[in-house]
Amino acid sequence: MAVAVPPFETFYESHKTEVFRFLASRLGREGAEDAFQETFLRALKAYPRLEHGEHLRAWALTIANRIVLDLHRRRRPTAEMPDLVTEDGRPAFEDLAELTDELPPKERAAVVLRYGYDLGYDEIGAALGSTESAARQAASAGVRRLRKEKK
Amino acid sequence: MIDTPTLELDERFRAAAAAAGLLDVAYDVFDDTAMGPLLVGVTDRGVCRISFDPDPERELERLARVYGPRVLRSTKPVEHLRRELDEYLERRRRDFDLDLDLRGLPDFHRRVLAELAQVGYGDTTTYGALAARAGNPRAARAVGTVMNRNPVPIVLPCHRVVGANGSLTGYGGGLHRKEILLRLEGALL
Repeated sequence: MAVAVPPFETFYESHKTEVFRFLASRLGREGAEDAFQETFLRALKAYPRLEHGEHLRAWALTIANRIVLDLHRRRRPTAEMPDLVTEDGRPAFEDLAELTDELPPKERAAVVLRYGYDLGYDEIGAALGSTESAARQAASAGVRRLRKEKK
Repeated sequence: MIDTPTLELDERFRAAAAAAGLLDVAYDVFDDTAMGPLLVGVTDRGVCRISFDPDPERELERLARVYGPRVLRSTKPVEHLRRELDEYLERRRRDFDLDLDLRGLPDFHRRVLAELAQVGYGDTTTYGALAARAGNPRAARAVGTVMNRNPVPIVLPCHRVVGANGSLTGYGGGLHRKEILLRLEGALL
């Protein structure tokens, strides 16, 4: 039987610190404050449509990641591409987030969640509202694209 | 320094969530009422819960099941209820002016609670009399069950229902609380 969706209070208390740290690592403490509220308001809006209470950590981080992407898109960053770390190198998510700025959102989310947060493809699939194999494809497409861009 | 959301940020989100109308239930715990700690819940339709058991663990799951999963602690939506409760407990208010949300209750419960709402401040009635007013004079025992499961005690005054011989009989929040309320209203000396 599927895990029931917990009361939002429980979800929020379980993940607020990790979401805030993720946002602070990407946006700095100040930027994280606005993005924090935005992340959980977005989660609240989508919450009644959740069909089960699995993968909620991945789901929360994916929403946070999307908020960061939206902000960056508005700001148009022109950061230089640092050295690309190999797939086995498992860079910290801070570096990874910088590196993947230019990827399409789905590939970026898959790469960051896989290599930055060490989530399984099943969890990423659930978080992105698609399947395990789609998540695997998105992550490897993202890595390929990064390699190409690097050249 | 470890990055954690500040208390202020936390409260700001909780307020924004309520202001945006995104909550199925806003709840809070009043730690310091004359009746001891109370957990209260409010929906956009009205008050849905007053509990003498302040431990959210047990209560939140039930609220989520009945009203929807977006149950979040938020202070603003329950302020009005807090004010009326304080006034009542300080003998500055005799009637509550609050909307209630009793979704999820069986019809019989609702019918009995509607009759209960008619029992005035300082009065008492009996389980049998209330059963008769709800259309079934022989349902005194069932009325006892309805009182015991009253989702909004104090506001719906189940403390005003006593045994036919005048004994206090029982109370979901413990007999001592029933006594406090009846004394407060002057129904018990």
